[in-house]
Amino acid sequence: MQKELKVSAIKNGTAIDHIPSNALFKVIQILGLEKSEHQITFGTNLESKRMGNKAIIKISDRYFKDDEINRISLVAPQAKLNIIKDYEVIEKKIVEVPDFIEGIAKCINPKCVSNIENIKSKFKVVSKNKVTLQCHYCERITNQENIIIKN
Amino acid sequence: MKSLVSITDFSKDEILKVLDLAAEFENNPNQNILENKVVASIFFEPSTRTRLSFETAVNRLGGRVIGFSDSNNTSVSKGETLKDTISMIANYADLIIMRHHIEGAARYASEISSVPVINAGDGANQHPSQTLLDMYSIKKTQGRLDNITITMIGDLKYGRTVHSLLMAMSHFNTTFKFIAPPELQMPVEYKNYLDKLGLKYTEYTELAENIDDSDIIYMTRVQRERFSDLLEYEKVKNVYVLTNEILENTKQNVKVLHPLPRVGEIDVNVDENPKAYYFTQSRNGVYTRMAIIACVLGLK
Repeated sequence: MQKELKVSAIKNGTAIDHIPSNALFKVIQILGLEKSEHQITFGTNLESKRMGNKAIIKISDRYFKDDEINRISLVAPQAKLNIIKDYEVIEKKIVEVPDFIEGIAKCINPKCVSNIENIKSKFKVVSKNKVTLQCHYCERITNQENIIIKN
Repeated sequence: MKSLVSITDFSKDEILKVLDLAAEFENNPNQNILENKVVASIFFEPSTRTRLSFETAVNRLGGRVIGFSDSNNTSVSKGETLKDTISMIANYADLIIMRHHIEGAARYASEISSVPVINAGDGANQHPSQTLLDMYSIKKTQGRLDNITITMIGDLKYGRTVHSLLMAMSHFNTTFKFIAPPELQMPVEYKNYLDKLGLKYTEYTELAENIDDSDIIYMTRVQRERFSDLLEYEKVKNVYVLTNEILENTKQNVKVLHPLPRVGEIDVNVDENPKAYYFTQSRNGVYTRMAIIACVLGLK
């Protein structure tokens, strides 16, 4: 018996799977999907054997560059991308957390120079499993649950 | 030539080199290696000890000092960015020694500046010259850095000196004891760091008896400026006061260090105790800062 799809199939585009349910709206924000004119469907709190529950986003006629996708690794480090053409998955990509992150997240420390002067934030990734960032400037640690994504 | 922003910028070998040089400068403090050099000493927030000891270090090495000790009298008060201020000063001087209340300001300055930057304190973040002078004091009084038991007391949460000292002493198989009220305990990231290295530490909330096996007692002040809630500050400011009675059963070789200024956490009667070392420690600061300057400028 064919498995029922909770989020309907798309003809062409990108499906982002294995997003933690609580990170769905952060992923939407990071990718700027709220301003997108492409057809988008998403589902959340879906059953997942590996993750307990998960979210999925399908975006029609939209493909992402690697550095765009790296941005979501901060909140969805285990996300998987399926690139779809003519209803077929033609490529699978895994999101990888980079060693160093520039300009995506905001330092948690209000007294940090990166929040005061007009400069790009920079972080060393000190843990990739549960993403933990250390600010290049003030050296403060930001845990995954406290990561604020810059608009 | 390299900047010194964070104690982690220096490897174990570089730390040992600074400490050896500091001993050399202590034996022979007046050396003219900074002749014809101009050093900018820029203090965006007040400091007595650090600024005067850096400026003494430059003078003893034969250099000249420009700078300010209060940013209210500079273009910063007109709204000039840190970037512009640093770019300009780097055109004038061979070295910048900087204190700033903004955390990360020194790292940012070191990226802008064409000359080395020595961080003389950036908010609650780093103060590496204090760490090196603490280590110089430990080496001088104990004859070694390896296998020392250090007890850190007071504000272990916000105190930048204890965090940097912990990182730097982790090269030397140190055993740590942390004594702090529950509100001001050593942050978990530093304990994780020690766990990763397999270094031993224990935590206490009581002062008496828990210090008896220490080689170094490192007292800190609970800093009012780090608290947003003054009621919280009042609750913890006088929890630990070190007295001669408490020191009675400690080891003969123990020395009490304190980054100063002290408020009430060490009884004034302790000053006469041979175990008190905090005033000599601050004198060591001049020799250590001479060594840091010589190192970052590649003059030794």
